[in-house]
Formats: sequence, C-alpha cells, structure tokens
Amino acid sequence: MAIFADKSNKVLVQGATGHQGVFHIGAMLEFGTNVVAGVTPGKGGQEVHDVPIFNDVFDGVSETGANTSLVLVPARFAKDAVFEALDAGIKTLVVITENIPFHDAMEFVHYSKYKDAVLIGPNCPGIASPSKTKIGILPGQIFKEGNVGVASRSGTLTYEIVNSLTEKDIGQSTCVGLGGDPIIGTTFIDALDAFEKDPETKAIVLVGEIGGTAEEEAAEHITNYISKPVFAFIAGRTAPPGKRMGHAGAIIARGKGTAESKIKAFEKADVKVAKFPTDIADLVEKYI
Amino acid sequence: MKLFEYRGKELFDKYGISVPKGRLVKNEKDFSGLNFPFVLKAQVPIGGRGKAGGIKSVENLKDAKEKLSQIMGMDIRGYTVRKVLAEEKVDIKKELYLSITLDRSKRMPLIMASGEGGMDIEGVPDEKIFKEWVNPLIGIQSFHIRGIVSKLNLDKEEEKEVAKVISKIYKLFREYDCELVEINPLIIKKDGGVMALDSKVNINDDAMYRHPDIEPEVVELTPLEKDAKDKGIAFIQLEGNIGVIANGAGLTMATLDALTNYSGKGGVFLDLGGTDDPEKVKQAFELMKKAKPKVIFLNLFGGITRCDTVAKGVKEVITKEGIDCPVVTRIKGCNEDIAKDILKDAGLITGTTLQDAAQKSSDLAR
Repeated sequence: MAIFADKSNKVLVQGATGHQGVFHIGAMLEFGTNVVAGVTPGKGGQEVHDVPIFNDVFDGVSETGANTSLVLVPARFAKDAVFEALDAGIKTLVVITENIPFHDAMEFVHYSKYKDAVLIGPNCPGIASPSKTKIGILPGQIFKEGNVGVASRSGTLTYEIVNSLTEKDIGQSTCVGLGGDPIIGTTFIDALDAFEKDPETKAIVLVGEIGGTAEEEAAEHITNYISKPVFAFIAGRTAPPGKRMGHAGAIIARGKGTAESKIKAFEKADVKVAKFPTDIADLVEKYI
Repeated sequence: MKLFEYRGKELFDKYGISVPKGRLVKNEKDFSGLNFPFVLKAQVPIGGRGKAGGIKSVENLKDAKEKLSQIMGMDIRGYTVRKVLAEEKVDIKKELYLSITLDRSKRMPLIMASGEGGMDIEGVPDEKIFKEWVNPLIGIQSFHIRGIVSKLNLDKEEEKEVAKVISKIYKLFREYDCELVEINPLIIKKDGGVMALDSKVNINDDAMYRHPDIEPEVVELTPLEKDAKDKGIAFIQLEGNIGVIANGAGLTMATLDALTNYSGKGGVFLDLGGTDDPEKVKQAFELMKKAKPKVIFLNLFGGITRCDTVAKGVKEVITKEGIDCPVVTRIKGCNEDIAKDILKDAGLITGTTLQDAAQKSSDLAR
C-alpha cells in the first residue's frame, strides 16, 4: 500500500516532448513508473524513450488505458490541459506547472472534485511511493521504501528531509509534494486522511511553511481524526513580516499564518516540531 | 499587482460602478472644472495614508495649490508620492464595507460586507461582517447577493443598488484575475444612489499576460534587484551581512531560520527556485559579489542536477574571478562526495550540516 500513487497508476505525460518532458519521462521510467503515453498536440506518432506520443489525451487514454496524468505544460495552457484530462477520464492528476493564474487553478480544482479525481498541485514536485512509482520531478535517488508518509508544501526542503530520513535508514511509504500555491487540489488534511487509512504508513511527517492557514487546519484535524504519530517542520520562523520569499504561499499576512501560530497549533495537537529540517529524521528515529 | 486607487476606480467606472468626479492633478491648471470643496488623495500602494497626512480637504484654489505641494513628493511609509488624485466631495448618508477576495482554505471567492464600513474595518467584530462563498463552477447567483444585502440594514432601494455593485465587482474579480477587490467605504449618498469612495484592486501577477490593457505599475528597482529580476532569481534584501544563495523558497527560509538561531544576520538572499542548474549558480555568485556581503553562504540541495556539476560551476567562478570574502558551502544530495572533493582545494569553508554551516557563517560575519 501507499497513498494516491502505486503500481496501478498508468501514467500519461502532458507536455511530453519538451525538454522537461523528455528528461522526466526518462527519470520516471528509471524509477519504475509505468509511463504509457505522452501527449503533445501536433506531435502524435512520435516516441519519447519508446513511449508513444498522442495528439490529445482522449487518444492516449483509449489506446493505452492511462488513468493518471502528469501535467508539465506551460502555465497559460495548463487549465485547458487539466480540463481535457478530466474529461478524458483521468482520475489522478499531478500538476507540476508553476505560475498558473490562481483563478484557473480554482476552476480546475473544483472540476476535479466534481469528476471525483485526485489532483495534486499545482506548482508541486509530484509524488513518489518508493519501489512502486514516481509521478513528478522529484529526484529518484533520495527515496527508500518504508513506513513514513511525508506531505509537504515545499520542494527542495522535502528532498532534504526525505534524504535525511533515508540516510538514517528510515524508509517512506509515500512522499507527496502538495505545492506552494494559494490554491492546491490536495491538502494536508487529504494527505493525513489517506496516511491514516494506509496500513503501510506508521508515522507521518508534515513540512509546512509560513503563509495561509493550512498547518493550523491540519493541526485541528490531527487532534480529531489522526491516531498515528505526526512530526512537522515549519520553514520561515524568522522571515520578516510582509516579505515575499518567492512562493505566493510564503506571505505573512497580518499575524495570521505566522510560524509561531503554526508551531503552537501543532504542539497543541501533540505533533513534535523540529527546529532544523534534518532534525525530523532524529525525532522519527527516536520514536521508532 | 496592486493598482493605485485611481486605476482601480477606472476599472470600477468600466464596470458601471459609480465613483466621485475626479482626476489626477499635477498643478493648478488641472483643478479647472472641479467644484470646490474637493479632496486631494496621495496615490500610494499602501494603506494608512490618511493618518500619514496623504489625504487633505481643500476649500479654494489657494488652499488647493498649497496642499498639493505638501502632498506631492511626501514620503508615506517608504513610498514617495508621485501622483495625486483630486475628487469632488460627496454627501454621505451611510458607509458600508464591501470586498471580494480568495479564501485559500475553501478555494473559492469570498464576498464580505459590513454595514460599518469607512472606519477601521479590522476593528469591526466578526458577527458584523457578512460572508458568502461562491463556487466558481456556478458563479454568483441571486441567493449569494440576497444573503448579504438583507443583513446590511438598508431600505429596499438601497438594497437593490448595493446588489448591483456586488454582481459588478464579482464580474470584475473574475474577469481581471483579481486577488482582491475592496471598496471601503461604499457609500449611500444623501441624495440617493451608491458610490465607491475608495478602491483596492490587486491583480494576480501570474495572469497579467491576459490583461494587456493594465499597464504594469512602474516600480523603482535598485540595480541589483533589476539584475536579479532579469536573470529570474528571487532576490530579497534584509538588514544583515551574510549573503545567502539557496534553491527553493522553503530551503531559503530554513537557511534564514538557521542563521538567526546562531545570531547570524541574513543580508541579500538569492533563491534560485527549484533548480540547481550550474549556470544559474554562477550567475547568482556574480550577483552576490556586487552586493558585497561579509560572508557568502551557499546552501544547496542537489536533486535532479548532480552536486558535482554545481561544484564545478562554483569552483570556476571562484578560481577565475576571485572572491574577496569567505564562502561557506553546504551542498547536499546526489554525488555530494565528488562535489566536496572538487571544492576541497578551492579555499572554501565547508559545513557538514545546515547547523554547522550556519554557525560557521554566523561566526565569520561577526
């Protein structure tokens, strides 16, 4: 078991023939992902690493049985790409694209719920279930199969934390990068519920950052519904108020969403909060 | 992008929301055609301008000239006033608050209104602010609007007028990719009708490409900020003397946190984004040198690109061009051992962990 992604995911890549598409199809195949199709309008009939390319998602789905899409298309085409995938019957979407207008994200996130699909992202590194599958751009070599579930709003910081777990021989069930945008499809709460149900997951790690109230809401959810131990790291304890740190999600607005309020909320929910990113591995190790 | 008040009001006008008669004024010639008394309002992208003396009532031409010269060029919380809006005064019966913004948790536009606008809206208790969420798939409906206007203690005619404004700002919010549309106050005039006395309109930067009619606000960048922007590197200037280069917003913030923990003070921060592309690292070093920090702290996690490739780039910049301050590196991830080997004789200080590197950087910067 794992959450959201395992061996059953047959992956179609939207935006398959660009530089990123070619590179990551290769990297995913190397990881063991079942990449069955690529889509680039006008490039149908070509192949990328022996994966057939189709002109549209409908053809890709009917020819290969793809049930999952990795969206790598540029921001201004992303809404169209996601709607197309959902209408073609795709049930799991991972949207890597950054800088998508949030009004577009708002529409496709609600449409994904209407279509009963799981949508991860946008502006996320994707998802990896070690020894099973990787759908996204996460570096494959940092993972190891095991029992810790990781959900994160950050990219490189997640790699750092996962790497430190692996170095201590602590494996992961699934690592999911939720994305740093103000509107995301899959939240901490969705990931917590899935990890709670997953028998393989014995402990959960959350990587949050300042801005928004996702961590505070997660903390409340943990108190009410999560029985497994949860560990957390919050980036931005000392970020000056009002400064943008690159992510739209990393804005401190009027006292709400500060690191302080998030840490307090987690501690109240009996979540152990690490001071440095790599301390997470020590905390988990002690628990095990 | 935050629009100045007068540009927000141009959009209101376009959507048929009435605003006071007014125009931008540079000198006394521009006052012709405006009826006294009127109000001079500094145009700055920040709140609190009234308290800072940026809004003044004027009674006659002499008064107007004098007060315009006081406001033009004044400093309001770090912003120099370069534009002043003159607007005719309106007789107010009632002041309301109205806004649409994004609710991140519900992932929907949130309409908020209050019968107690005008004053400090943040001081108005929650039970006096009325909220409606609009699922973007169905769009705004009459029930949303009824749910709000019925609570504002208005007469039937006023309710109708406010309802129209709500559907108009929703349309504006969606069509112009707004993060915020706020009217505070929205007034009921003594002689009837509603009018927006102020405007706050923020447009999502990621969507600016589809609004060619909105000219970007001219922002004055320092040469370094401009340089970073051209290279696509996120640049943040803080007070301290340690220059930090890191990849990814989360890791950049975690680096600042670690420095603070050892009483180090972060200065210029360069966030390469989710990349560890050696070419970008090289550009970041060149940029950082211009900022003249006391210490440079390079904190990278090598994910897709290998650490050794990054290390080669770093070594090249340092050996070719030289660098006159200590450089602490902490490179982790794919092929980190080869990377450490490459950097061993480049005269750099290496940190084994984030904590170790942060401590070394902080000590050197003292």
